[in-house]
Amino acid sequence: MSWEAVIGIETHVELSTRSKMFCGCAVDFGAEPNTNICPVCLGLPGALPVPNRKAIEGIVAIGLALNCEITERSVFHRKNYFYADLPKNYQVSQFDVPVCRDGYLEIELDGETRRIGIERAHMEEDTGKSTHVGDGGRIHSASETLLDFNRSGVPLVEIVSRPDIRSAAEARAYAQELRAIVAELGVSDARLEEGSIRFDANISIRPAGSDTLGTKVEIKNMNSFRSLERAVDYEIRRQIAAVEAGQQIVQETRHWNEEAGETQSMRTKEGSSDYRYFADPDLVPLVVPPSWVEEIRASLPELPEARRKRYATLGLHPKAAAMLSSSARTIRHLFDETVAAGAPALAAFNWLTGEVTAWMRRTDTEPAELTGERLAALIALVDEGVVSATAAKEVLEGVLAGEGEPRQVAEARDLVQVSDRGALEGAVRRVLDADPDAVERLRSGEEKVIGFLVGQVMRETGGKADPRLVNELIREAVGSDG
Amino acid sequence: MSIPDTIAAASRALREGSLTAADLLDGVLERAQMTEAQLHAYLNIDHDGARVAAEAADADLAAGNDRGPLHGIPIALKDNLCTRGMETTCASQILAGWIPPYDATVVSRLREAGAVIVGKTNLDEFAMGSSTENSAYGPSFNPWDITRVPGGSSGGSAAAVAAGSALGALGSDTGGSIRQPAALTGTVGVKPTYGTVSRYGLIAFASSLDQIGPITRTVEDAALLLEAIWGHDPKDSTSYAGEYPQVRRSLDAGVDGLRIGVVKELSGEGYELAVEQAVAAMVEGLARQGAEIVEVSLPSFEIALSAYYLIAPAEASSNLARFDGVRYGLRVDGETTEEMMARTRGQGFGPEVTRRILLGTYALSAGYYDAFYGQAQRVRAAIRADLARVYAQVDALVSPTSPTVAFPAGARLDDPLAMYLSDICTIPSNLAGDPAMSVPIGLDQLGLPIGMQVMAPSLGEEVMFRVAAEVERLAGFDARPEIPVVAG
Ligand SMILES: [Zn+2]
Repeated sequence: MSWEAVIGIETHVELSTRSKMFCGCAVDFGAEPNTNICPVCLGLPGALPVPNRKAIEGIVAIGLALNCEITERSVFHRKNYFYADLPKNYQVSQFDVPVCRDGYLEIELDGETRRIGIERAHMEEDTGKSTHVGDGGRIHSASETLLDFNRSGVPLVEIVSRPDIRSAAEARAYAQELRAIVAELGVSDARLEEGSIRFDANISIRPAGSDTLGTKVEIKNMNSFRSLERAVDYEIRRQIAAVEAGQQIVQETRHWNEEAGETQSMRTKEGSSDYRYFADPDLVPLVVPPSWVEEIRASLPELPEARRKRYATLGLHPKAAAMLSSSARTIRHLFDETVAAGAPALAAFNWLTGEVTAWMRRTDTEPAELTGERLAALIALVDEGVVSATAAKEVLEGVLAGEGEPRQVAEARDLVQVSDRGALEGAVRRVLDADPDAVERLRSGEEKVIGFLVGQVMRETGGKADPRLVNELIREAVGSDG
Repeated sequence: MSIPDTIAAASRALREGSLTAADLLDGVLERAQMTEAQLHAYLNIDHDGARVAAEAADADLAAGNDRGPLHGIPIALKDNLCTRGMETTCASQILAGWIPPYDATVVSRLREAGAVIVGKTNLDEFAMGSSTENSAYGPSFNPWDITRVPGGSSGGSAAAVAAGSALGALGSDTGGSIRQPAALTGTVGVKPTYGTVSRYGLIAFASSLDQIGPITRTVEDAALLLEAIWGHDPKDSTSYAGEYPQVRRSLDAGVDGLRIGVVKELSGEGYELAVEQAVAAMVEGLARQGAEIVEVSLPSFEIALSAYYLIAPAEASSNLARFDGVRYGLRVDGETTEEMMARTRGQGFGPEVTRRILLGTYALSAGYYDAFYGQAQRVRAAIRADLARVYAQVDALVSPTSPTVAFPAGARLDDPLAMYLSDICTIPSNLAGDPAMSVPIGLDQLGLPIGMQVMAPSLGEEVMFRVAAEVERLAGFDARPEIPVVAG
């Protein structure tokens, strides 16, 4: 039987507002423990929450970027559960009336566009952080638990996808696209390693083509896109193997173990988690009038989807447009600059996604010395035959290494092509004289010989001759018009 | 020393120079000295802090820096209001020894107004009760009869004002906790419109119902105290940001031309004869002063009590979740964090609080939510609709504040339902968010005070105080309790 995976992803995004969601404390993860705290985020008796306007702008921006409907009057609910790092023992969150609803996100995979539904995005507050000390830091054997409430009350947006994802690769593409959007909006640091963006996946399998939903398993602790992809892939295979062996899938939360390369049951009691949600009586409904939404919409930066369309109108193939759009911000920025400096879009694309990206990967540094003007100048040098395509790569290396403008680098590294007829005629003469047989064969129409002769001239000139000009000079000398 | 027993009179005397804020403080502390053993109105008297504040008030006034009518006036605070540097317990073991690092907004406003904070008064634990017997630190008693309860949950504040050990006090009212003890102690108690007095720093019982308000001897004093504490507060998201009523200037307007409704549902079975007679007599008096009396029916009032006993415990179950031994207050150790939390809560909360947390947790549970909490919210909407219909015909409503006068201590302790019925007249205003107040209108045959409740639509404090001031004039209530002095 062939199986189909049904995957939904829940994403938590910590907003990088200056102050917390419901109080004036600073959001600062580098601070000493328990220094950014007050009666409100410590949940002291009598303290009351007041929503942060900037955080609301952040979630509305995310909602708009994900093509969501923005709810004019949404409601804060309390999610009640006891946990030591949750100071009020309830989390202010949203339940049946979230700020954002019914959106979608388009991902590109193998040249195909897939639309992943977004069920909702809602606003909530983060918890504090527990550290278990003594006996290996495991909660059950710890002798003491240290609590840091600096993170308590930091604004958090939870984005819930519909179960539209079908493979590990799609899950990764979705997560990457979502992270790119959030980063582009500038509302969050969106760093996986630091947990400012966190992904959990809900996975089930069913017979391919079926409409039913299998028992879902939640996977947590995936700290990179790679581990997300591996974890989802592993879990799909685990479930298929289990079902084919006649076992039942247990509804549970599993933990991705990066070293072991497998998901592991967390063995926590999956108590019927009844959070006793009810509207928080300390907060009035959150009103986001259409005028505010439009104000936020107008301030949004260009998002990946719009960008792809724009690249396509510059003449890039849709696949190339998608590839460029998902490239690093530096690459995209350089692309826009290079095109603005007059270079053809395709050439700019080829250089940036090819050589420049390879250099960035190899050196793990930003191409600080490269500007759009410089890249456009390099492209023009190749076009005009001043440097060969091969030599141009070396020129780029020089530019990236901080050696200056492309022409300067080409000259300094002695890479300028000899494009002077007079200078080349001697070399051509010598090559032809040395091999009368080849000349004869060319004359009699044996075209492939021209390549051999051009190569000989190139060798004679130490590779600096302009091959097009050499070709032309040989034909003139031999009297073949090709 | 003998001092004036109203805020207005004391305020005049201070400005005439016939006494000082320090004298006023001496006066109330002397009363407390004589009566606390019998009444137990206070959990904690802040002798030193009050002395400093009184002296500062005198210096301020001498320097010509007059902060208004509360300047130098000794005020008591219910012990569920956070006071910076002063223990705040909610009359619970779970908060024993807790010293807030901040002042509630009402407390800072009182300090700004030059008031002298005398101390913290007793209450039913976490304001859950109607007799002030559910205090972890022992009950309070009624100055009019020390074998009886002062009502609750703001019983300590009411007893202190009735006894003269404070000139005014703040209480909190979730289902009648200001008005019912005011009625039972012959004082004036006001629950203002929801949102007009900041709840920041009030330790929450049921957030959508809680409202802080004054308890005083007179209607005028209540207006003075209310005007000092209310007003928009950016720290409370539910705080009202519009224009506020002008209560003081409406005190002398009389009731001529007002239409006053008498609530049919708040009478009959369960109401003491003396209470019903006193209220009826007062209604006649109002008619004689030119008010048009209309009998009105609010059928939803019949189910208000049951809706209240779902909504209030539901909110409380969540509000009180934070008391877990992790960050402050009582901690009873356990093998695991969960065990520590469970033990702390098991030991820290009294039986009534535990009962309401259980009730509320149940009411919010999946599968029961709609039948309980959801249904209660619909009743709440029905009460609002009922009131809106009635307020289209009348300006204000009157009823007894409590169906009975002060009952003997212990009488209802084993019967929660009987205790809950104490608030039958007061609960609808909390569910509606409307203002309501209690004014003493006389004594029954045993010499126990009877209160009349005046209700008005949201932000209708002007008309409410107008009616209340007339009721006060008609009642001419100037009796004072005689508290037996215990020798030694
Ligand atoms: Zn804070």
